[in-house]
Amino acid sequence: MRGRMLFAVQLLFTLLVAAFLIVPALLSMLAGVTVNYFRGIRSGLTLQWVAQVFELYPDTIGRSFLIAAAALVVTLLVGVPAAYALHVRGGRLARAIEEIITLPLAIPGLAIALALLLTYGGFGDFRRSWLFILAGHVVFTMPFMVRSVMAVFAAIDVKTLDEGAASLGASPLTRFLNVIVPNAKPGIIAGSLMVVTLSLGEFNLTWMLHTPLTKTLPVGLADSYASMRLEVASAYTLVFFVMIIPLLVAMQLFADRGAGRGARR
Amino acid sequence: MNGVAVQLQGCAKTYPNGTRALDPVILDVARGETLVFLGPSGCGKTTLLRIIAGLEQPDAGGRVLFNGADVTAVPIERRNVGMVFQSYALFPNMNVADNIGYGMKIRGVDRAERRARIAELVALTGIEGLENRRIDQLSGGQRQRVALARAVAVRPSVLLLDEPLTALDAGLRERLRGELDRLLRMLGITTVYVTHDQAEAMALGDRVVVMRNGAIAQIGRPRDIYFAPASRFVAEFIGAANILEGDYADGVLNLSGGKLPVDCGAPAGAVIAIIRPESIGVVAPDQAALCGRVDSVSFIGARQRLSVSGAVDKAVLVDAPNAIEIKAGDRIGLRIDPGAVRLLPRDRS
Repeated sequence: MRGRMLFAVQLLFTLLVAAFLIVPALLSMLAGVTVNYFRGIRSGLTLQWVAQVFELYPDTIGRSFLIAAAALVVTLLVGVPAAYALHVRGGRLARAIEEIITLPLAIPGLAIALALLLTYGGFGDFRRSWLFILAGHVVFTMPFMVRSVMAVFAAIDVKTLDEGAASLGASPLTRFLNVIVPNAKPGIIAGSLMVVTLSLGEFNLTWMLHTPLTKTLPVGLADSYASMRLEVASAYTLVFFVMIIPLLVAMQLFADRGAGRGARR
Repeated sequence: MNGVAVQLQGCAKTYPNGTRALDPVILDVARGETLVFLGPSGCGKTTLLRIIAGLEQPDAGGRVLFNGADVTAVPIERRNVGMVFQSYALFPNMNVADNIGYGMKIRGVDRAERRARIAELVALTGIEGLENRRIDQLSGGQRQRVALARAVAVRPSVLLLDEPLTALDAGLRERLRGELDRLLRMLGITTVYVTHDQAEAMALGDRVVVMRNGAIAQIGRPRDIYFAPASRFVAEFIGAANILEGDYADGVLNLSGGKLPVDCGAPAGAVIAIIRPESIGVVAPDQAALCGRVDSVSFIGARQRLSVSGAVDKAVLVDAPNAIEIKAGDRIGLRIDPGAVRLLPRDRS
């Protein structure tokens, strides 16, 4: 009897906390499909605001995906070999480099953006193109790729695997592709999802680095909140939400699968 | 006979932090021979193996030759070695067959030939039926066999094994040791084997290289090393030995407890005598030059090991036949075969 009471209280508390967090999100999304937010649901439901978002901000959505994909490519091409080199080389220098790569996590995005502006602001074409934002995103997301790949390397004794492949006649590039990369796959995928999600949602840095012609989705969102009807901004949020949720779910599923495999060993 | 002859000329190894892992080593491995590096951990045996493999570079001046050709600067992937690692280093992203076939795939061997060779090796190492298993579905013994099959699949010039049985439990280790011996004899390939287990070294090696503190303590056939250890360290490391201090002159060894006639010649003076427990016989006290009291008896089936005190200044280990009834406290005589005593000048040990 007492156990059931306790359970009921705990359930109630959990539901309350969940409601506290979920209700604002639901309200916000609901606002995006309401005809008039101030008159509430009674005014009817509509997709006109969502349509308006796609009319007003289509470039920001496309650009956000472009930048996220490009950031992913760069972090893969640079981050995975870097993680491998740092792991195999080891020693104090490798530790120091790892710390430096991780530093952008601790520094406010604004400061990184400022540094980029001070250094490269003078290169007009670069400054005005989306590549400038990409540079910022790569700086910001690189530690997530390097770290998650290094974590896998630490777990599988990649150095001996590499030596094993070498003893069988594989050249450094061949064994990197045949043995190192496939065995680092859990870390690479986890890192990739992280890079894409972070890049899609990045605001701080991007807000400093963008020009009116290189807005990304989160910057556009801020813009719409500042200058549009609340319904449009809310619809924009809804669009963003629909895009980001599948990525988050994929990330979680993958983390679970990785954990399952680890347990089986 | 398969494989190459391996020569090491003045191969030393100093790590960047100044640690000397290996003093300059000169060594010849004959074609088709199985040579075992034996020693306690940190003696440099694995470093030496890795120098032969090409995973480590010897210090300047050291040279590694395969059939007379200098391969010192050749990276491991072009030395055509086969290597079995202590942790096996099997690729978790490939199944058993793909692991075994990897070296052939790299060398561009066509699919049909590869498949035939894999089947041959699977049969040879007794892992039929496991071809499509993932590596994490294999037991320790099975992994060991896959690692061996993978290493010999490419018909290497020299087979290098780094403590391949150490990760297994004792019973399995003994069984696989026998299998490994049969396999190595059959392949007849030049093999260098690293272990810290002296029984493994004796059972597998045509010759054994006993190492200590980065230097070679003795090289020889297992018999030579056992019966004629070159130093106190070798005698103590290989099997059990009684090491007694005494003085030698004119065929007689003076120990603290009595005199022993000894066959082997040695310069007169202070010596250590090395006597294996199994070469000491148990007799009645009045029939022996040395007698003492039994401190402890441990019966291990095939024989019983006694610890005898009072005969010399320290306890003597004796392996007695299992049929004699002996108990702690008994007074016994020790008969030592004059031919079974090995003398070394005391300053050399």
